[in-house]
Amino acid sequence: MSAASAPVLECREVYKSFGPRAAALLGVSLEVPSGSLSALVGPDGAGKSTLIRLACGLLRAERGSVRVLGFDAAVAAQCIQDRVSYMPQKFGLYEDLTVRENLDLYADLHGVSQAQRAQRYPELLHMTDLQRFEQRLAGRLSGGMKQKLGLACTLVRPPELLLLDEPTVGVDPLSRRELWQIVHDLVREQGLTVLISTAYLDEAERADRVIVLQAGRVLAEGTPAAVTQLAAGRTFRLTPSGRESARTLQARLLGSQAVIDAVPDAGGVRCVCAAQHGDGIPGGVPVEPRFEDGFMVMLRRTQSQSAHADIALAHPPPQANGALIEVRDLVKRFGAFTAVDRVSFSVARGEIFGLLGPNGAGKTTTFRMLCGLLTPSGGVLRVGGIDVARAGDAARGQLGYVAQKFSLYGPLSARENLEFFASAYGLRGATRRARIEWAIHQFELTHASGPAGDLPGGFKQRLAMAAALLHEPRILFLDEPTSGADPLARRAFWRRITALADQGVTVVVTTHFMQEAEYCDRIVIMDAGRVLAQGTPAQVRACAPREGEFEPSMEDAFVAVVERSRAGEARAAARTA
Amino acid sequence: MSTVVATSDGRASLARIATLVRKEWRQMIRDPASIALGVVLPVILILLFGYGLSLDVKNVPLAVLDQDGSSLAAGLIGELRLSRYFQPQSVTSLHAAQRLLEAGRVQGIVTVPERFARQARAGGAAVQLIVSGTDANTARIIEAYVSGAVEAWSARQAPALAGPVRVQSRLWFNAANDSRYFLVPGLIVLVMTLIGAFLTAMVVAREWERGTFEALFVTPVRATEILLGKTLPYFALGMVGLVLCVLAGRFLFHVPVRGSLAVLLGGSMLYMLVALAIGLLISSAVKNQLVASQLTLLATFMPAFMLSGLLFDLRSMPAPIRALTYLLPARYYVALLQTTFLAGDIWAVIVPNALALCAMLALLAFALGTVTRKRLA
Repeated sequence: MSAASAPVLECREVYKSFGPRAAALLGVSLEVPSGSLSALVGPDGAGKSTLIRLACGLLRAERGSVRVLGFDAAVAAQCIQDRVSYMPQKFGLYEDLTVRENLDLYADLHGVSQAQRAQRYPELLHMTDLQRFEQRLAGRLSGGMKQKLGLACTLVRPPELLLLDEPTVGVDPLSRRELWQIVHDLVREQGLTVLISTAYLDEAERADRVIVLQAGRVLAEGTPAAVTQLAAGRTFRLTPSGRESARTLQARLLGSQAVIDAVPDAGGVRCVCAAQHGDGIPGGVPVEPRFEDGFMVMLRRTQSQSAHADIALAHPPPQANGALIEVRDLVKRFGAFTAVDRVSFSVARGEIFGLLGPNGAGKTTTFRMLCGLLTPSGGVLRVGGIDVARAGDAARGQLGYVAQKFSLYGPLSARENLEFFASAYGLRGATRRARIEWAIHQFELTHASGPAGDLPGGFKQRLAMAAALLHEPRILFLDEPTSGADPLARRAFWRRITALADQGVTVVVTTHFMQEAEYCDRIVIMDAGRVLAQGTPAQVRACAPREGEFEPSMEDAFVAVVERSRAGEARAAARTA
Repeated sequence: MSTVVATSDGRASLARIATLVRKEWRQMIRDPASIALGVVLPVILILLFGYGLSLDVKNVPLAVLDQDGSSLAAGLIGELRLSRYFQPQSVTSLHAAQRLLEAGRVQGIVTVPERFARQARAGGAAVQLIVSGTDANTARIIEAYVSGAVEAWSARQAPALAGPVRVQSRLWFNAANDSRYFLVPGLIVLVMTLIGAFLTAMVVAREWERGTFEALFVTPVRATEILLGKTLPYFALGMVGLVLCVLAGRFLFHVPVRGSLAVLLGGSMLYMLVALAIGLLISSAVKNQLVASQLTLLATFMPAFMLSGLLFDLRSMPAPIRALTYLLPARYYVALLQTTFLAGDIWAVIVPNALALCAMLALLAFALGTVTRKRLA
């Protein structure tokens, strides 16, 4: 090895595209120094995975050089692959092999001796807390445990560079914290060099260095503090006065020229000012900037906030008394597996209701039952006063549904998609034309030409929402609408949702971004099919122990609630044993 | 020094292959789909084959041996020559005719015996027909056509004949004309094609879909080791399938094995390798289980079923389609199997077919070597 100061990974003017319309990297230069924890931060489609795959020698750059540990990735891929470890975004585990067999497979491939294993395995299993599950099939592990096993497999021998591609996506906050803790310890105690990619901005703060990637270009490279400092002296916290909700205050602030960013935060609103003085924000208390604040300052230099994120409904939904959605003791079983276990909640007109939880918590299953796409195994389910199990079609007529994956027709244009859905909803003649024009105007789809499948993510999402609102439903269901979207698109999305709810549309939304729960009027937290906590964001936050000056975050609350529930289960199990 | 490195490299490589084989084997025995393909499918195929299939036969090559030499015999042979169903070919001895039949150049032998004309005028004349029974369906049809042609001729000659001329037919290679004799070799071809091409393409596509290849690639493992790790277990599974089919054929259906087991095994191994190579080649281009399965069915299974001579006689196909069959490995394997099971070690059939399979294997292995890289997209 050369001097320790030489970068472990070095990219110079790297270009990579997948076809003429799909450029992934546009002249990326970066360095990962030895012994550091570097985070590659950016939204979906920024080029994070492409960059990591280039570094592994799994893809070849069109131009520029990628050097890893002194080897050129274009010609000496095998030399790199012998020395680094890589965890792809999709687990990369063999689900029909046990935990132990997965570890053995990678240990064999890396030529780890039995003596080394005897020393290393207990360490890895202890670190990942998988001792009890050594003989369990990997496919039967929870999402968080799978990620930890994937990590353990990359560590069967100490790699000279560890590359982790979005290891925390879709994982519950508790497991996310544990994963980061493990990676942290590896860097501190074993001197490992790690490059980890993430779409969660709050995670970037835990790294030594960050590389901010946006649309194939490096926006910033340095310490997280340097990015955070961009927002120094510009961040404030405001508390809504009187009857105003945090959500409406936030929407009002976002509309102001003086404000770069505003998000609801623990009952108040955090906002970042455009200029470096705070007198433009009356009532604002200065707060410490966060990484996300600095990131937004940077992003706003290159992109402007969508000016028109409000929506005006042509005909607001009629007033209604009582709950529009009523769910009581809802159960869904798939064979011996209970995906949804006695879930109850109700949603009133004009409310934004959030279903929160990690992957596999039962959110999507609950959703599908609400939409009449799945038949419940038990319980009561009424949407708009109609029993979904008995009259699914009548119930479906009053709701719009935006699926997690883009479920419109890729080869059709935006307008053709809207025309199709308008016909599918039974709209005709002048009404049909008026509704399509309304959708195109309200969702800024005028410039969306070409096949819908080729549109950028933000456009696709607006189109999906427009299609779901064509028949003027009273209720809108959105399944993970902000997953993988960039922060600006997420702000615009929530502004639209807020506007819809203010005009009387009832919104039910799932998300695994805990901060987004603050946009909701009420939320439930689900884990393993059960409701762990329910109420307004403030009520749920109160579940977490209060530390310091400000209220605990939603993520703290989630972690506290899940830990308490799992501890209770363990006690119950101990009693029966 | 360099040799030491080489041996330790070789040993490491072998260890990695062994690991991959072990992993593949565990997945295989835990995956109900591979069991279904190995056990349930053959049962379904037996049921399918049990139903009779109607087949049209045209231009059947026949050897014609005229031992009589009379004008009456020449008239009868002329009748066969005029029929569009036959392509008679005169031979001068039964021995020559036998050789043609064994080599598969003709499907049957028509013998007009000595003193045929005299017997015909006296009443009670007969022509002998020997049909190759390797393909029971075709054999039955040829029998019926020849009888029909002779009957029609003798009806027209009625004033000159004392009675109708009979056809005494014999089936060779499958004296009982049992369609199961024909079914077992067919089953083996299908099972080997499914395990070799279909299952292999599926499990490789599954690795792409689940992202497991991506993680596997970033280890010291070499691309060829991954290929071998996939090939060996499914090769073994194919051999198990072969043994099961042969045992079922021998003890359930009493199908004879007239050739040697060594030839049967050797030919099957060769075909298995060809099928595996096709499966791997398809899955290197298609990284999605659904498309991979459709493509393998279309490119290997369906042709093996329809165009290999397993069900439908190759000779009755239109020329362009018949030309196409030469591209199918299954064609050569079917010829090998039918000969080995029902006729014996006829080297004139075995050697050219085995050579054709070898050539295909070499070509596929070369293609596989050039496309296999540890790279995405």
